[in-house]
Amino acid sequence: MNVLTELKEGLAISWSAIRANKLRSVLTTLGIVIGIVTVTLMGTAIAGLNAAFMKAISTVGVDVLYVMRDDWSGPDTEAEWRRIQKRPRLTIEQAAALERDLTLASDVTPLNFDQRTIKFGKRSATGVQIVGSTDHLLQTGGISIADGRFLSAGDAEGGRPFCVIGSTVATNLFPHQSPLGQRIVIGQQPFEIIGVLEKQGDIFGQFDNQAIIPLRQMMEDFQHTHEIEIVEIKVKDVNNLDRAIEEVHNVMRRIRRLSPADPDDFSINQQEEILTKVHKITAIIGGIGLFITGLSLFVGGIGIMNIMFVSVTERTREIGIRKAIGAKQRTILLQFLIEAATICLIGGAIGLGIAWPLTLLLSTYMPASLSPVVVSLALFVSLLTGVVSGFVPAWRAARMNPVDALRNE
Amino acid sequence: MPLIRFHKISRRYQMGSETIHALREVSLSIETGEYVAIMGPSGSGKSTLMNLIGCLDTPTSGEYELNGVQVSQMDDNQLAEVRNKEIGFIFQTFNLLPRSDALRNVELPLIYSGMPAEERRQVALEALTKVGLADRIHHRPNELSGGQRQRVAVARALVNRPSILLADEPTGNLDTKTGAEILALFSELSRQGNTLIVVTHEEDVAKHAHRILRIRDGLIASDEPAMQAPELRPEQPASAGAAAMAP
Repeated sequence: MNVLTELKEGLAISWSAIRANKLRSVLTTLGIVIGIVTVTLMGTAIAGLNAAFMKAISTVGVDVLYVMRDDWSGPDTEAEWRRIQKRPRLTIEQAAALERDLTLASDVTPLNFDQRTIKFGKRSATGVQIVGSTDHLLQTGGISIADGRFLSAGDAEGGRPFCVIGSTVATNLFPHQSPLGQRIVIGQQPFEIIGVLEKQGDIFGQFDNQAIIPLRQMMEDFQHTHEIEIVEIKVKDVNNLDRAIEEVHNVMRRIRRLSPADPDDFSINQQEEILTKVHKITAIIGGIGLFITGLSLFVGGIGIMNIMFVSVTERTREIGIRKAIGAKQRTILLQFLIEAATICLIGGAIGLGIAWPLTLLLSTYMPASLSPVVVSLALFVSLLTGVVSGFVPAWRAARMNPVDALRNE
Repeated sequence: MPLIRFHKISRRYQMGSETIHALREVSLSIETGEYVAIMGPSGSGKSTLMNLIGCLDTPTSGEYELNGVQVSQMDDNQLAEVRNKEIGFIFQTFNLLPRSDALRNVELPLIYSGMPAEERRQVALEALTKVGLADRIHHRPNELSGGQRQRVAVARALVNRPSILLADEPTGNLDTKTGAEILALFSELSRQGNTLIVVTHEEDVAKHAHRILRIRDGLIASDEPAMQAPELRPEQPASAGAAAMAP
């Protein structure tokens, strides 16, 4: 008897066995269903989280450097963290010096951040990220304009009360009209909207819930300081990245008047560092999440094993008959393995059927989707659960002595 | 060459610290076409003998040659193949698969021997027709009477054209009338040239056979031709068998 016939026979036998014990099969399958639903949802959520981070990050080019006090690759020790906290922040003057002295950079963009409520008439948007920057942000910030225009050099220079708003702010404040040309109040100050940003979309929507105003305006009206958080530097030639970093490094040390013995009191960050960090974090979250949800699948697998032991014991006589008639060990083994695998596969399929609408629900919060990879992985995992948990019972069945099995009542 | 040749076959079981000698150096031969009854009280070793003949069990010592092939040293899987090809079992409790209909039950040995589905169905149908159940092929065992179930079992035993039909108390679960029908079927099968071995403790059943082996305490107590009515004797077993069972 070839393997294909054995598979076909095994399927037919297991299907009739499953149908003969409907309630039991349903209850056993339930364990797998729950396991697959949780694992699938967790997998989808993790994939969504990754995708969201990637999307948020990938809008910014690899050729942008971020000069700032903090180091994105993260301090490894508390002492280092304390040391970094003591570093001076950059100032607007240092940013200007960078812009003046760098030869390998095409754009130098100073940035500051704040959170304010924006009001328009009776409507208001709270917790909006206010970004103070210059016209160069369009080049370094990975943003694009959907409507209107971005800040011009003149706007930035003159500190005019103009602003560019994110798509969430636009839809929240102006559901029925164009925001362009409207006057809104940020904090206490009036601003005229000159542009709306393209929707970026990400996990928590903070990139779309922002308003960009001239840095000068921001520092004078809100912050009253010369310090700035980040200077974004776009490198002219991405192939020259290493030399450009070297140049930024040298210029910064000179601006900061560091003697050759002093350590750097600033960091030059790159996107890669964020990527590495994000991957590290999502890997940890994913690992823990999958482990916990995997436990439920494991419990389901134990249920399968238990029920397969019962099934084998119940059908001892049938096994004896089959062996007497000429079934080999492999045939019996395969029969029970297929039965376990079938229960699990059905459970997996039902689990996916339940996970699918839940994923749709999830996708309103993050870019989550039930990809073919997840689907086939879930089915594979359920198949594997069946085979693994069914193996010991099936092996016991296959090894039965036909005389004893036939004697069984 | 005999179909079955037992040479000093012993079978011992270990029950705790006690060794039970179920069979003690039994030697016997059975020729093709014989109809043999194996008799003996319970505990005599007749079930052990049947299990050994049927290749369900292997001897502790001694040699068993079936159809010229040494089977006493075979492993589990090889024995399964021998059982599939050489032995047709008929049990006291029928031992049909309860969830499968008559046709599928009869098809089972063919499935294990790897016959293609089309041909399998055809052969199984023929076997069921032969035992007079052509109109019951889609009935499950619980929808059949005891006699019909045993006929399905006979059809299943016959379907792979085995060398031996091995019946263990075939009428034990049947009423007298149905039992007689099954025995008549056996006589017919014997007339057609099949080798039949029937294990029983009923003299009435045994007397249908041509030869009676009596087992006592693990030894063959007697081995003699059965006293039977002349009309039950096969006329020309070899030629009749060839005609009836030829493919």
